[in-house]
Amino acid sequence: METNTDTGVKVRFVRTAGLQAADILDQINREKDRNRASRFNKKIKGISISIIRALFLIGVSYIILMPLLEKLVTSFMTEADIFDQTVRWIPRNFTLDNYRVTWKAMNYPVSFFNTLLLTLTVSILQLISCTAVAYGIGRFKFPGNKFIFSLAVFTLVVPPTMITVPLSLNFKYFTFFGLLPEPGISLLNSYWPFILISATAVGLRNGLFIYVMRQFFKGMPRDLEEAAYVDGAGVFKTFYRIMLPGAIPGLVVIFLFSFVWQWNDYFYNTIFLSGQGNFLLQALQGAALKALDGDHNKLKSQYASIIRHTGMILYIAPLLVLYAFMQRYFIESIQRTGIVG
Amino acid sequence: MKKRLSFKQRRILAGYLFSLPFLLGFTLFFFYPFIQAFIFSFNELVISREGFVLNFNGFDNYGYILNVHPDFLRIFVETILDTITNVPLVLAFSFFAALVLNQRFKGRFLARTIFFLPVILSAGIIIQMDIDDMVTQLLHGARNAELIFTGVGLRNLLMNTKLPEGFIEFILGAVDRIPDIIRASGIQILIFLAGLQSIPPSIYEAADVEGATGWESFWLITFPMMSPIILTNAVYTIIDTFLTTTNEVVMLVRDEAIMGAGYGVSMAMAVLYFVMILIILGITIKVSSRWVFYQE
Repeated sequence: METNTDTGVKVRFVRTAGLQAADILDQINREKDRNRASRFNKKIKGISISIIRALFLIGVSYIILMPLLEKLVTSFMTEADIFDQTVRWIPRNFTLDNYRVTWKAMNYPVSFFNTLLLTLTVSILQLISCTAVAYGIGRFKFPGNKFIFSLAVFTLVVPPTMITVPLSLNFKYFTFFGLLPEPGISLLNSYWPFILISATAVGLRNGLFIYVMRQFFKGMPRDLEEAAYVDGAGVFKTFYRIMLPGAIPGLVVIFLFSFVWQWNDYFYNTIFLSGQGNFLLQALQGAALKALDGDHNKLKSQYASIIRHTGMILYIAPLLVLYAFMQRYFIESIQRTGIVG
Repeated sequence: MKKRLSFKQRRILAGYLFSLPFLLGFTLFFFYPFIQAFIFSFNELVISREGFVLNFNGFDNYGYILNVHPDFLRIFVETILDTITNVPLVLAFSFFAALVLNQRFKGRFLARTIFFLPVILSAGIIIQMDIDDMVTQLLHGARNAELIFTGVGLRNLLMNTKLPEGFIEFILGAVDRIPDIIRASGIQILIFLAGLQSIPPSIYEAADVEGATGWESFWLITFPMMSPIILTNAVYTIIDTFLTTTNEVVMLVRDEAIMGAGYGVSMAMAVLYFVMILIILGITIKVSSRWVFYQE
């Protein structure tokens, strides 16, 4: 009996074990299937995300690049191509004549050099002044340093017109704040207004530069600075030997933005130079008229438009070259400037 | 006999010395003209050979720009409405673009390069010239003709959804604005990207171990961690759209001063504009400080 029951139990046991094993196997298989399915799903999901991403990126790039490409293409066209409805992207009568004419009309070498000089002057001065101010309020504790910082932020909120319009009057009758007899001398149509406001860190968006650099200096470790003091370096030596080299990414960002904004500036240029002087901006505005030998009636013509487009390409070409070389700094170093706090 | 300064005193002195350029610049080239702007707005300014003379005329300039000036009120209101619609769109777009550009994929560097190109190409003169250029308009017309089909299709599609009409108009308006929005988003994308990379990856790993889905970790980690940066960006975008030198009100103020109704009227416009910017910034910061999350 016992053996019988024993075998019975054994049989039952084996049977259940077998069933269980089958069950487990089944489960494993199902799991595998599910895994495979989920992996398949994941793959589909991944692919569809890549496709949507690609569409998004291509669409946005198209919108950004389109106006630039149109100008570039137009600058190689003849007048006949503009009238030709079938020509859209590829000029039928490819020509470099527009560049020859525009180059001459803009007096490009001279106006380029003047603009470069003004832009470098402004951006180097702003770089120096904003960095110094940011270092002063970011690194030293003194009564009023928070207040100075809030003043710097305040300059960002005031519309530039509100300041520059009275400022241009002050520069027109500049008396060195009472030192010269009335009506003073006119500083307009010279580099002086640009130099004065850049050297004193109140140029275009200088508040932003001060903000960025202050964050940068605040985030730098104290030990280095203290070690320099212990070694007997003075405040200024510590600044330019120890702190400045560590702040290079921030300095590059500020210099680049200041350079680009000054190059592109329309506002200060027209108000302080009153549309005079041999700068790219004025050259670009006058290019079409000059190319037409001063014939005002043709200013609305297609040809004038082609010249204008060529001029715009010539105007932004230096920036594009700069960007091509420096874009790594533009894109990557702003992430290290600590602008996000 | 020179008294030797203590270390602390020397540091205070150095702090002032470093800040000196800005203190000078702020006083002479910012605060002084800033006060002048207010004074001018209550005066008639006459320019003569010997300089300029102010004739006090009370609120005449303000009365003139609000009641008589043909364009000011319209441009003023349009600019405000424009900014109020643009800011959320710019924020949404640049946040989304930053999320995409933060992923790993082939051609990421190229994509970033193109997305930041508008920062370089934002020359006021070019925007200005484009507005009155014939060929650009021609090409624009061609582009519009291409777009008109999608535009009409979208309108019909949306009308069928029985959504509120105001919402549909907003969507259609947003579609029209897409190019402007994209071009105004360069720096905001940079700031968001920097923010995204400052979130420690360990938080995501922990969430992943706890079984959070990507959707959950976006709303529970990314979004709250980014909320201060969203506020920063909102303030930046508002300032940028209001103060960009190609803004219509900014242009109008300048043109009135130089060749229009004079400096007094121009400064009255500037003062009103300034006050309005302060109000809008104040509201933005007040409203958003409620949901901004600070880690500390």
